[in-house]
Amino acid sequence: MAHFTKATSVKDWLNQRLAVETVEKVMASEYWIPKNINFLWAMGMILAVTFTLLTISGIFLLMYYQPHVDHAFYSVNFTIMREVDFGWLWRHIHGVAASVVFLVIYIHMFTGIYYGSYKKGREMIWISGMLLFVTFSAEAFSGYMLPWGQMSYWAGMVITNIFSLGSLHLDGLVEWIRGDYVPAQAFLNRFFMLHVFLLPLVIMGLIGLHFAALRIPHVNNQDGEEIDFEEESKKYLADDTKNSKVMRFANDFLSKDLMVVGFFLIFFFYLVFWHYSFALDPVNFDPADGLKTPAHIYPEWYFLWSYEILRPFPVDIGLIAFGFAQVIFMLLPWLDRSENTVPANRRGKFAIWFWVMLVDMVVLTAMGKLPPEGIFSTIGLVASLLFIAMWIILPFITKNEKKA
Amino acid sequence: MKELKILAVVVFFTLLTYFLVEPYAHSQMHKHVESEGFAYKDLPELTKTGDAAKGQELIMSAGCAGCHSIDAANMPAPMDGVMAAQSYGVNPPDLSNAGAIYEAKFLADLIKNPAHALKVEHKYTPESGKMHPMVPFYGMGGDLDQEVADIVAYLRSIAVKPEEVTPAMAFENACGRCHSVGYENWTQLGTKPKFKHKKDSLAYDIKVMEYQDSLKAYMGKLPPDLSMYYRSRSEHFLSTFIENPQSQLAGTAMPRVGVTAESAEKVIEYLADSADTKRHERHQIGLYVMAFMFIFAIFAVLWKKQVWRDLH
Repeated sequence: MAHFTKATSVKDWLNQRLAVETVEKVMASEYWIPKNINFLWAMGMILAVTFTLLTISGIFLLMYYQPHVDHAFYSVNFTIMREVDFGWLWRHIHGVAASVVFLVIYIHMFTGIYYGSYKKGREMIWISGMLLFVTFSAEAFSGYMLPWGQMSYWAGMVITNIFSLGSLHLDGLVEWIRGDYVPAQAFLNRFFMLHVFLLPLVIMGLIGLHFAALRIPHVNNQDGEEIDFEEESKKYLADDTKNSKVMRFANDFLSKDLMVVGFFLIFFFYLVFWHYSFALDPVNFDPADGLKTPAHIYPEWYFLWSYEILRPFPVDIGLIAFGFAQVIFMLLPWLDRSENTVPANRRGKFAIWFWVMLVDMVVLTAMGKLPPEGIFSTIGLVASLLFIAMWIILPFITKNEKKA
Repeated sequence: MKELKILAVVVFFTLLTYFLVEPYAHSQMHKHVESEGFAYKDLPELTKTGDAAKGQELIMSAGCAGCHSIDAANMPAPMDGVMAAQSYGVNPPDLSNAGAIYEAKFLADLIKNPAHALKVEHKYTPESGKMHPMVPFYGMGGDLDQEVADIVAYLRSIAVKPEEVTPAMAFENACGRCHSVGYENWTQLGTKPKFKHKKDSLAYDIKVMEYQDSLKAYMGKLPPDLSMYYRSRSEHFLSTFIENPQSQLAGTAMPRVGVTAESAEKVIEYLADSADTKRHERHQIGLYVMAFMFIFAIFAVLWKKQVWRDLH
């Protein structure tokens, strides 16, 4: 057993038992961050804060929510919104955060793509991040089911139908997923469990993995410069903080993180108190009715782009395209054949690729919500084909890229 | 400076996506209906000045009280709501405050030609063989327009002042005999009382169900519960729908209710009270939270400046 001495302070007592000083160094005071990064690198902290808000508000909602098809809608819209003190606040925080978290995830993702932060030893950061994205998607979808409104029901119907896989007609699989022929009690119970227990657990594990993946390759920087962290941190510790290319995570970058979080929270709470409805689809304020199909069925905004890749094609091709869209981002570190870790604007054709991809996804998002008729169908089809083509040409345009 | 440029790019794409997904997509998915300002331009203007005293006599002799109650004039309903619905499909309204809640020219047209004023003529065609349950007033032998003006003047004279109309009164009169609002405890027969014994509560529910059966037969389907309509429909939709149901849902059995613009606002306020009860509290607390967040952000900026002073 280790040798314990009489503690000189609470910290010393803890240090002897938990090595808190080592933990503090590894996590904060000697966790080195490059100096030349901008506010986009604070998106991770914003996501951590938003996830915390989601978890806490979720716990309060969980105290009153009833996972029963006859009571779920009432428990959310009457009990929580009217009877429970500040129930409305928890619900609006939860609803707004669920939507905003995806906006920030997309900004985070596109930042990574723009600065090439998925390359050269940082593949695990990218992969764990994409796994987080997929898990967050499942978390969002399962949560959307819980108020048991019209869109919960019909989105649940449409999305689970995808698992019949077109011509394969795997209706048995769809019924197995639903636990019934249509979304009903078993379905609601399952998605309730997934939403409040299993998926949050997976997300927390993946956040741990995502952070751990940063430890060895370190965070990328604005210029894609390869920094000798060992050397630069020595300078910093020798009090040459001005000439060192790195800084501590805490309190150095943390102070900037917090500043960005402060601005973000102003935007966030503005939405919560004055514009909550942007995140809550009006159709979902009608109770679920299996006998009445809504005029338009569409997913939440953050799924629209991949929904649109499914829609303009015949069923089987659509499903293949949809599957392609789900996994292709994961393969980015290998599809981008260039060695350059510099920002896209210094990479020639890749810069064009980046902006076209961004605009294409905005177009797909818009078309995913619009009724699939006339010109909207055509634009949707072209944008979907462009999306697929962009990924096919990516290895070719990056292969011969000159060293930046 | 560079960071501001990056922020501008982020904000631009965020707003662009928002615009396309929200206002633009919704404008393409839903028919846009302009408000007519509750002017009811299709109805003839009142040309005569009514005399309330004559109106009172006319109401008595025309037999209005055979179906309608007028509580304000101590005239009780001839039968209870359930029986009235069994006879007419829906319980005829109490007329005490009709003069304050409904537009005068709507009332005048309603008295002369109910199906026309209510915009349900498509339901009561000669081919259908159906007659609107309210019998038109053909006059007592004098100038019909003058007599109608007198009745309207009487209804206005007994009603509360328009500014005294509460949201609940406006809702009950204009919507509450067909629509329930569960979250406000409102049934088509009125606010459900608190009962001590479950059997009394169930007996009340049975009465409501019997009423609803008649209503279902009359309307074609049971009109929806409106508890969450303030959230599931936009205010603009509710307002234009109340003004003219046919403009949003052609062929619907829902009649035009003919409320004044002020009463329509009160109906919507009632619906907001049901579906967005905490809106006043939300705005109040929102101000405090925003003030806190601004101060937090200012301190965060100052702290960052202090920490970074030694880094550059």
